[in-house]
Amino acid sequence: MDMKVQKAKLGLKERYRLMTRDLGWTPSYQPPEALFPYAGYEGIVIHDWEKWEDPFRLTMDAYWKYQAEKDRKFYAIIDAQAQNNGHLNITDARYLSALKIFLQAISPGEYAAHKGFARVGREFPGVGTQVACQMQAIDELRHAQTQIHALSNYNRYYNGFHAFIQQRDRIWYNSVPRSFFDDAMSGGPFEFIIAIGFSFEYVLTNLLFVPFMSGAAYNGDMATVTFGFSAQSDEARHMTLGLECIKFVLEQDPRNVPIVQRWLDKWFWRGLRLLSLVGTMMDYMLPKRVMSWAEAWDIYGEDNGGALFRDLARYGIRPPAGWADAGKARDHISHQFMLALYQWSFGTAFHGWIPSDDDMDWLSAKYPDTFDRYYRPRWMHFRKLAEAGTPFRNVGLAKLCQTCQFPCVFTEADDPTLLCHRELEREGHRYHFCSDHCQTIFEHEPEKYVQAWLPMNQLFQGTSGGGGIENWMKWVNLVDGQDNGDFEGSQDQRNFAAWKGQSTTNAR
Amino acid sequence: MAINARKPYPSQPVDGIERYHGNQLVYLSWDRHLIFAAPFITCVLPGLRFGEFVDTVLAPLIAADPDAAVIDWTKAQWLKANQPFAPDFARSLADNGIGHKDQLRLQTPWLNTVCGGAAG
Ligand SMILES: [Fe+2]
Ligand SMILES: [Fe+2]
Ligand SMILES: [Zn+2]
Repeated sequence: MDMKVQKAKLGLKERYRLMTRDLGWTPSYQPPEALFPYAGYEGIVIHDWEKWEDPFRLTMDAYWKYQAEKDRKFYAIIDAQAQNNGHLNITDARYLSALKIFLQAISPGEYAAHKGFARVGREFPGVGTQVACQMQAIDELRHAQTQIHALSNYNRYYNGFHAFIQQRDRIWYNSVPRSFFDDAMSGGPFEFIIAIGFSFEYVLTNLLFVPFMSGAAYNGDMATVTFGFSAQSDEARHMTLGLECIKFVLEQDPRNVPIVQRWLDKWFWRGLRLLSLVGTMMDYMLPKRVMSWAEAWDIYGEDNGGALFRDLARYGIRPPAGWADAGKARDHISHQFMLALYQWSFGTAFHGWIPSDDDMDWLSAKYPDTFDRYYRPRWMHFRKLAEAGTPFRNVGLAKLCQTCQFPCVFTEADDPTLLCHRELEREGHRYHFCSDHCQTIFEHEPEKYVQAWLPMNQLFQGTSGGGGIENWMKWVNLVDGQDNGDFEGSQDQRNFAAWKGQSTTNAR
Repeated sequence: MAINARKPYPSQPVDGIERYHGNQLVYLSWDRHLIFAAPFITCVLPGLRFGEFVDTVLAPLIAADPDAAVIDWTKAQWLKANQPFAPDFARSLADNGIGHKDQLRLQTPWLNTVCGGAAG
């Protein structure tokens, strides 16, 4: 083209203007509402999209360069690890259960976040917001890809990694993260970004990534550490976007405050439920532990979250409704989950186990008020049964919460010896919940949650493989006797010991 | 409250009794017996006698708890929908008013070997 070349170097500010804000235009032959039909129906009022601040001022051209460089480094390290038997450097094969849960439950969540941000990047009218969301959409896609690639090396050697895509859709416990993201994606653009960008990324992500990545480092899992590092600078940008978004919305109009508050109540609770699984990984699944879930909650939940909500108080925002109950569950949740996963391990694509004496002593020390009183006796009973050659298998299937889709393993906030039972009737149908907060979420949008596809209920309808546990296992790609069951005596345990022995001794 | 949507939002529950081939779902808990991590979901005929339901459905599910063998069923207390409930063992689930997706809770306050703790 015969065009005059612009001056070679643009100032940062100028480039940001040209590469973001200047990309928008005022429609002339369609009203704005026709161009952005989803921007108004949630009731959020925005007077001036120009007030949107982008603290990073990152432009697409710089973004591409920067991300390409990160990818190049990432794949160089991943290749090197694969060639150097990285799969044998982990502390113990029990650690793999944490990775399997991560790959089945969290990585597909990255992909779902990608889809969601791509969508809201189109649906928001403001150009600054559009560009920031589009970048995050690409980040999240990259996170899903790098995680899958990093963990694929383990799939060559160990069980339980091979069918994470099908299991994301089909295996019962993965309906928890799946319904979490489906719920967010079927909300409007503002709810989505408050749900994922703020409540999940800003308030809760540190609880996921910091302990998980340090856990990986402690346990010799360099593949996970590598994708963690590669995602770190993205996450900083995502957290900033989430925080910017909520402040922008709250500053635009006071009518936005109660709507945002309800979303915070809802998404804090849904996110907390989801991340409680991380607590189980931290307290039970890391052979070498970093910190307890209780400690992580104190730092990243209580302290950081407390400061955040004190800051938001000036807009009229209070801490989420479930905040106090979350604190009460702190010393219980990981134990309740691991006990559950152990007894249902015939139906999980990872292994469960009974903690050793050392493990239990660590748990007693970290949970002085609860572990010995409530949870050690159950583990000791399970151990007695296992030693007698009759290991405990819960032969029943579990009641699931209509909202969060977790098995109803949670106890009353003020009575850890009693399971929480909540139910209501609507239009002649009965629905059950794990907690008051999940019930409240349902009550706000019953039309949405009555459609919940609860895996256990579906099993009895005969829709999941045609009925019966054997058909179900085929349908979810669970290889009985390999992927599931107790870690003790598993193929993973045997193979790891044998290969590790070969690599450190002269035995053949 | 109703859902906020741009268009009419017709939605159908996917758990109606008509999808269970003549059976119904009944949820079962044994209060304070927490070696069982969550309430059970069972799928049974509405015409099943309550006594038979206890013997053939409930009993095997809870057998792993040492207390199960010594339950005195004449003294057992029950809740349905979290309200006190007195089932007639000789009559069917339907005749007892136990409908689709009802939650029953068994209570045996004098028994708690494994999870007794301090709260009993
Ligand atoms: Fe991500
Ligand atoms: Fe992110
Ligand atoms: Zn729930």
